[in-house]
Order: sequence, then structure tokens, then C-alpha cells
Amino acid sequence: MSGSLITARITLPATARRGEVVPVRVIVRHPMDRAIDAPGLTPVPRRILHSMRVTYAGEEVFRMALSPGITANPYVEFTTVAVETGDIVFEWIEDGGTVYRREARLVVT
Amino acid sequence: MRRAAALLALLPPIAIGLLAGAAELRPSRDFLSPELRGQQEDPSRHPGWLWVDEGEVLWQEGERSCQSCHGDIGSMAGVATRYPALEQDGALLNLEGRIERCRTQYQSEAAFGYESEALLSLTAAIATRSRGLPMSVAVDGPAAAILEEGRRLYETRQGQLNLACGQCHDDNAGRRLRGDVISNGLGTGYPAYRLEWNTLGSLHRRLRACSLGVRATQFDLGSREYLTLELFLAHRATGLPVEAPGLRR
Repeated sequence: MSGSLITARITLPATARRGEVVPVRVIVRHPMDRAIDAPGLTPVPRRILHSMRVTYAGEEVFRMALSPGITANPYVEFTTVAVETGDIVFEWIEDGGTVYRREARLVVT
Repeated sequence: MRRAAALLALLPPIAIGLLAGAAELRPSRDFLSPELRGQQEDPSRHPGWLWVDEGEVLWQEGERSCQSCHGDIGSMAGVATRYPALEQDGALLNLEGRIERCRTQYQSEAAFGYESEALLSLTAAIATRSRGLPMSVAVDGPAAAILEEGRRLYETRQGQLNLACGQCHDDNAGRRLRGDVISNGLGTGYPAYRLEWNTLGSLHRRLRACSLGVRATQFDLGSREYLTLELFLAHRATGLPVEAPGLRR
């Protein structure tokens, strides 16, 4: 599945041994606009990244629902087990249905 | 004792002056919570690096890119320690002003505009190259008078609360104010990512918040008043490390 590009910083170890638990860190650039709906203010619809999904070696390794209370430019860290050299694919779904996608390569020795 | 004296004799005179001047002031990172300090030092967890990355792309962009004159952005190491600085035509420029001048005079492009994403990104990318290096702005010659102008703004009580900068940042540094710890107000971490802003912002934006805090006149971004104050702050921070992009509450 393709997706729009989004600015993100993905940090992985340079290499990992097979079976090693590796930390995956990602900061994604997004304003995470909460809905504004109050008397006297111009209403603004909610526009946040509401879900995040990460696949690695063809399998989903991480999934998260993001709420409107989460800060702009959200930072997420999780761990996964290094099984093979391959792309870790990050997908975020924004309100309105836009899917953003970034990849990073994990090298397993 | 004799060994200490010998050591002092080895130091250039300027360094001794720095040691004496900076004795009471602590780098801004010392006032951060351990969590925030750790995050500031770790690019993999610091959202400010989103802007640094973008600035490094901008550095190479366009026909007459920054890179076509200056070479690799690595050559910018130490530059942020010397700003604000007086140009030969007498203009006082901070790093933002210097970039804008390059842009309009040498690159023949429209200025980015103060506080624009592009200018913040380039400023952050350049300032990062001086991270950890000691501040050392020039305040001799014609800059001396401007430094005094900045000092006057720093020392003058202002606003409805009738407070001078030093009453918080000298007299009460280290104590708490509105859920945060008061720092020495050095400005060495700017442009900084403030959690309150949810974005990267310039020192002048921060100074506007300070002015508002004491109910004083907020000067414009890039105004003469804040530029002279920035020069004073930079001189006051002489010998202390650049922390840009900082991470602040």
C-alpha cells in the first residue's frame, strides 16, 4: 500500500544480531490539531494522526491508537525482535483518511 | 597552590576573565529536569531535530545554495558562538539576521521572514554545529555601546509588575516559578523546542513571552531592543556552551 510522505525521524541500531531485542524510536512531524468548538471561537475540525501501525518482515509488530490529548510531533518508542534484514514500515492514518508512510531498514547480522 | 598559580599563568588572560565572569551563571541545561536534559542531549528523542534535518536540506537547496559559497554545513562550527555581531556597515545582526542578509544580498532571494519555518530550520541547523562550544561574542569597539544599551534593558525595571530581568534570572535562579525552574536566562539554547509552543521558536519569541510575563511592552521579533538584549545575554553567557536546539518546558 502506498502513502503520502511525512517528515519523521526514525532511529534504529546500525546493526542487530538475530534474536536481539532492538529499540525503535520515531518522532513524526504533525500538528495534532484538536477540535476547537467553543463559543466565540472559529470552529476547527479535529485533524490528528489517530492510528499508527508498524510492520516488519511482513508482520505487524506495533499498533497504537493516538488520542487528541497527545502532543504535536508525537514521539513513540517500542522494541521488537530482530529476525531478518528488512524494512520496518511505519504507517500513520490521519483524520480524513490520509495515510502517511515511512520506511527504515534494519540490518540483521 | 603553586601548581594552581602556574596553571593560571598558562591560561591566556581572556580565559581567566571568563572564569571569573561566569562563576555564578550555570548553563541552562543545569536547570532542566533530568528527563528533559536527557531528551535534549538525545537527537533520537528530541523533536527539535526535525527542524535541524529540514535546515540541512535547505542548506543545499537552490541554484545559489548556502553550500555553493560556504561548503559543507560542518564549516559552520563555532559560528553561533559569535552572534549577535556587528556587520561592517554597523548593522547588529543575530544568526537569523545574518541568514536573511545572505539570502537577500548574495542569493538574490526573498527573505524568509522572522519566525518562519524555513528560517527557524536553517538557524537550528547552523546553531547545532556549535553545540557544546563556548559563547564568545565580540563586544569591543562600536559594539561596546550597543552592549551597554542591552545591559540597560536587562537592568531596567519594566512593566506593570515592575521587574527587571535580573530579579528573576540572577536573584531567583534555581527557584520555581509557575511549575518551572527559573534559569539564568542565557538564551544559549535558542532556537529551542518549547513544549508549551509545541514547536521550535526563536529567542525573540521567548523574550516576547518574558515581556508579557511582567506586563511590559512586547517588542517586535528582530527589533533593535531585543537584538541589543540578545547581545548582552550572549556576552553574559561568555564561556558557557551553546545548547541549540534546546528543549524547554
